[in-house]
Amino acid sequence: MRNVAIIGVGITKFGELWDKQLRDLFIDASLEAIKDAKVDLKDIQAIYIGNMSAGEWVEQEHIGPLMADYLGVRGIPSYRVESACASSGIAFKLAYEAVATGLYDLVLVGGVEKMTDVSTEESTHHLASAADREYEAFFGVTFPSLYALMARRHMYEYGTTREQLALVAVKNHRNGSLNPKAHFRNVINIDTVLNSPIVADPLRLFDCSPISDGASAIVIASEDIARKYSDTPIYIIGSGFATDTIALHDRSDITFLWATAEAAKKAYKMADIEPNDIDVAEVHDCFTIAEIMAYEALGFAERGEGGKLIEEGVTELDGKIPVNPSGGLKAKGHPVGATGTAQIVELTLQLRGEAGKRQVQGAEIGLAHNMGGSGSSAVVHILSRVRR
Amino acid sequence: MSSPRSPRIWQLKDIRYRLLGVECNKCNKRFLGKRLVCPSCGSRDLKIVELSRTGKIYSYTVVHTPPRGRENYGPYIIAIIELDDGARATGEVVDVDPSEVEIGMKVEMVFRRIGEEDRAGIIYYGYKFRPIL
Ligand SMILES: [Zn+2]
Repeated sequence: MRNVAIIGVGITKFGELWDKQLRDLFIDASLEAIKDAKVDLKDIQAIYIGNMSAGEWVEQEHIGPLMADYLGVRGIPSYRVESACASSGIAFKLAYEAVATGLYDLVLVGGVEKMTDVSTEESTHHLASAADREYEAFFGVTFPSLYALMARRHMYEYGTTREQLALVAVKNHRNGSLNPKAHFRNVINIDTVLNSPIVADPLRLFDCSPISDGASAIVIASEDIARKYSDTPIYIIGSGFATDTIALHDRSDITFLWATAEAAKKAYKMADIEPNDIDVAEVHDCFTIAEIMAYEALGFAERGEGGKLIEEGVTELDGKIPVNPSGGLKAKGHPVGATGTAQIVELTLQLRGEAGKRQVQGAEIGLAHNMGGSGSSAVVHILSRVRR
Repeated sequence: MSSPRSPRIWQLKDIRYRLLGVECNKCNKRFLGKRLVCPSCGSRDLKIVELSRTGKIYSYTVVHTPPRGRENYGPYIIAIIELDDGARATGEVVDVDPSEVEIGMKVEMVFRRIGEEDRAGIIYYGYKFRPIL
């Protein structure tokens, strides 16, 4: 395996983008990434696209060739990768592996989702296909309800409080207010969360990431090529992917994100670092409880202590391990297929020192955590400003 | 939008009508639904069993934002039930006020109408749970 680095990133505004089609979003993000990388379209040897369900949301499948066509690079391989909300995190892993093993030297990888053309009920139905359709969704399970089941049990076993959950949303909105690409840029307080409508008790509207449109894209290359194009290549030093049961009820302990812990273990081992070494992280806060559980699974906190970590301010922008400087899924937005590579776009900006008002000072090592469904798939990447 | 649910309902009727699952002859664990391989130990020596019809609430939530097809239901309770034989199932808890539900509450399986196919009007049924009085 050879060293691989990120040399270009692009991301659209996230939000309800009425005037943009699925293809517009992906092409916008891709052209931005290609420009940032200072490469030509003809330098791209393959495309990897994370997308959960364009067929359901906009009745368009076969988006591999579609995007290659609209990028003007038809002929090259263009793969579409699906793993629910982890689609582009896993597309990134495949792209990385293809370059690391020498299959390609320079590839474009990204993700896209166009979710707001349909009603919330329709989107809720489509999102539930990331759960077990026959043994969960059939009976009325929705995505928020799965995380509500985890939250209730986490509160029951560890005494995690409603206020601690709210603090995650407050932090991520504060960070999102500093991110021009974020879906929500309003600063909120604990009462905003506690007074918002119930979605799936104990989770309220402000515990949930929004339904968004958006795309993100990244150009990666083998080290020798990366150094030719970029003065600030960001190296991929750790990569791990693990799976868990599709139905939440088949797990012995629903308070712990086991697949996330397994993916993290692999990534830390490959990078030869410990959780302590992480300077900045983008984690999968699809719901506030998910960020708290991610702290525990990623080794930032002991089991059951995630609530205390947010309370102590450790994960604030100026804390010891800033988490979700972009605003996270909660404030930046969650166009599901675009989220994984959007996290890596943010980390790249952070490690280059180009994150503007939300810059984590001196960040050298970043971690991205992206998961699908109720944590049935989880992928962790570790990036470094310094070559290893 | 219609979905091809009818064939799937037919395929799964035994499980949904009778709460069927599998028991592993090697590790003795039980799981909801048909499987050919034990998810716990990997054994392929499984038998189909009718799972316990009683159990207790392991975790629960009250859903206020419903999916397509349940827009007019009003809030409903979804719970993971730990059945007496150790298997777990997810389902609706009925015949109880949400404010009275708690972790550990004893429940039993009941057979109820789950919903209706959009236009064809096929009504489909399955298990739900209610408190044991
Ligand atoms: Zn077994």
